[in-house]
Amino acid sequence: MTTKNILLTGVGGQGTILASKLLTEGLLSQGYDVKMSEVHGMSQREGPVLTHVRFGEQVFSPIVEAKKADVIIGFEELEVLRNLEYLREDGKGVVILNRVRVNPIGVQNGSDKYPENVAELISTRAGKVIAMDASEEARKLGNLRVMNIILLGASVRQLGLEEIDWGKVIAENVKAQYVELNQQAFELGKSLS
Amino acid sequence: MKQLITGDEAVARGAWEAGVRFASAYPGTPSTEILENIATYKEIHSEWAPNEKTALESVIGASLAGARAIASMKHVGLNVAADPFFTFAYMGVNAGAVVVTADEPGQFSSQNEQDNRNYAKAAMTPMFEPSDSQECKDMLLEAFEISEKHDIPVLFRMTTRVCHSKSLVELGERQDVPIKPYVKNIKKYVAVPANARPMKVKVQENQAILRFYSNNCQWNRIEMNEPNIGIICSGDCYLYAREVFGDGASYLKLGFTNPLPDDLIREFASKVEKIYIIEENDPYIEDHVRALGIACDGKNIFPLNGEMKPEVIRSVMFGEEYTLDDEVRAAVIPRPPTLCAGCPHRGFFYELGRRKNVMVSGDIGCYTLASGAPYHAMETTVCMGASISLGHGAQQIFDTIEGNKMRVVSVIGDSTFFHTGINSLLDVAYNKSNLITVVLDNRITAMTGQQDNPGTGLTIQGEITEAVSIEAIARAFGFKNVRVIDPNQLSEVKETLDWALALQEPSVIITRWPCALKKQNALDKEEFKGSFTSVYWVNEEVCIGCKKCTRTGCPAIVFQFEKKKSSIDPEKCVGCSVCAQVCPVHAIRKVEA
Repeated sequence: MTTKNILLTGVGGQGTILASKLLTEGLLSQGYDVKMSEVHGMSQREGPVLTHVRFGEQVFSPIVEAKKADVIIGFEELEVLRNLEYLREDGKGVVILNRVRVNPIGVQNGSDKYPENVAELISTRAGKVIAMDASEEARKLGNLRVMNIILLGASVRQLGLEEIDWGKVIAENVKAQYVELNQQAFELGKSLS
Repeated sequence: MKQLITGDEAVARGAWEAGVRFASAYPGTPSTEILENIATYKEIHSEWAPNEKTALESVIGASLAGARAIASMKHVGLNVAADPFFTFAYMGVNAGAVVVTADEPGQFSSQNEQDNRNYAKAAMTPMFEPSDSQECKDMLLEAFEISEKHDIPVLFRMTTRVCHSKSLVELGERQDVPIKPYVKNIKKYVAVPANARPMKVKVQENQAILRFYSNNCQWNRIEMNEPNIGIICSGDCYLYAREVFGDGASYLKLGFTNPLPDDLIREFASKVEKIYIIEENDPYIEDHVRALGIACDGKNIFPLNGEMKPEVIRSVMFGEEYTLDDEVRAAVIPRPPTLCAGCPHRGFFYELGRRKNVMVSGDIGCYTLASGAPYHAMETTVCMGASISLGHGAQQIFDTIEGNKMRVVSVIGDSTFFHTGINSLLDVAYNKSNLITVVLDNRITAMTGQQDNPGTGLTIQGEITEAVSIEAIARAFGFKNVRVIDPNQLSEVKETLDWALALQEPSVIITRWPCALKKQNALDKEEFKGSFTSVYWVNEEVCIGCKKCTRTGCPAIVFQFEKKKSSIDPEKCVGCSVCAQVCPVHAIRKVEA
């Protein structure tokens, strides 16, 4: 198989780290070679976070090359836009788009305007966009924090990774009292994709 | 068992497996997690040192006393530790010693992009350059062997991507490496000229022996595929090159890079048609290959700066232009880092930024953000500790100018003060400049992710220790004008700045309030009782939409343009009250419980 390239992009505090941890654990359970690279800003709150995950028979570079991402799991609209140049250009790229905006300071104080046409810019460049408000879905489940797991669930079908026992992966990597909630969130995400 | 771990975690694991007993470091991206992970192994005594020089010197002591020891630091940290590093190379070790340097091609969070491979060459120490996490662990184990066999410290050079990328590592067991007896050996350990001259000759002779190792070790290898393209590379560049060329090129993969393997390079050159050197930062390998009289392409075609990512290599080699999508670029707006809601630096810089005839000499920490909007209250940043000494020099010159009104305010964090600021403050005391020194004491090393330091009262392994008093240091140095203030109280900040600026002698101001992200220890909970527990709100009926509160740069404040009213995000506000003090009409109020 050719190496698959995934990007998870969002801002600090959205749970991209746990989502990528579960993703890589799932991939390892299938015997894939996996590499992962994380880029985050300084330690202040709500900085941009970009995680590269690559898997296949043998993976060399830990970072996804520009124009080579198969799937972008976008936790925040602007951050997807910022990293959209990673998406493959042949119309086969998939974007899981969380319809969530976290305003940078410039938008809050009026020196910048949050781009209005994010979904449009993405849909004209991606082969497929699966848009959802995972925050809202998480709220319905009773815990905003499982937004990340909903997005992970949504990406699994697009990555062709449904054969992995994700329930088990979650059970092994999440605190006992949250396992059931996370498994529910995962299934919900899967059904939304 | 195999685990997916970062390069930093793999180095920590390698240190444990190598039987290391002592580790010391000063936090610095991307090296911080090395010691954080080492400290989780109870068999290794781990310490946050005040700075990289003290870290390395204590590692020298541990090695001499017979224990395998490791010091880790970011690239610029080795500048601080360069003094002991060079002479340690002359002296050699008792038990093995390794110095890890984490370089930053691309400068993700550093003040420069220096290439520390030059240090290995200059100090004549052996050097390893791992590509992935497995190599981090394997090479570290070998580095200790080399250190002991050749009686010399080893430089272990990583880069950001190697430090922060995860790949699979086969875990091993801890070796039982007993403590070697210490033997008094003045000729070996006292680097006076008479002893140091023969030491230098020994190190030079060592280089010849190590060159043989370099030519024959498993870390330097030729991978023959197509002979038309021959690539020489090390570290993460090997992975990027493999990604781009696959089996369509041959490789000389270098993992042991000082001294470089001359014979192997010549052999590779004889087997391939054209040689490309792919490396980040300086033309370190390239210069050597050219000096051997071998023609090659390197920095003449590849960029001198930044990371050598696959798309960069592809663009240079195959002209595959990585075209920018203008429409997307135009839509993207920045997400600059900001001081967090509740950051104790906010109130201080809000006031300082309003002062005239003041030069603010800055330092390295979260507070360096004060150089940007909306504060614009910092105008120099060089290196750790420079704020005070640079400010001292500037004030001395300003004061020679007739009718001078310029005052210098030097601003430094608590951890940076302990790092190298103390020396600089001594300079101010001794040489009597009229400097205003401000120590922003947020009770933690914040920017690198909350590490304890000599002021916090806790060690990295959670032991209670002396919490050093900055105020007592300033007084011991002879400063008569010392004040400790709460930076969230703007009237106090304002009054204290007025006081310091009116003095015709040096002063030290300590702003003491914990970082909003700090997990407070018992001492903090007692001293800062009730901190970060309240929330403020904007009474829209009173708000006049003047936007003064937005000028505090707080990420919890959201201006509602349609209403022309300010608002506060209750999820983010932690109740520092700075915005409420800035509001001219008292529209911002505390939420009553």
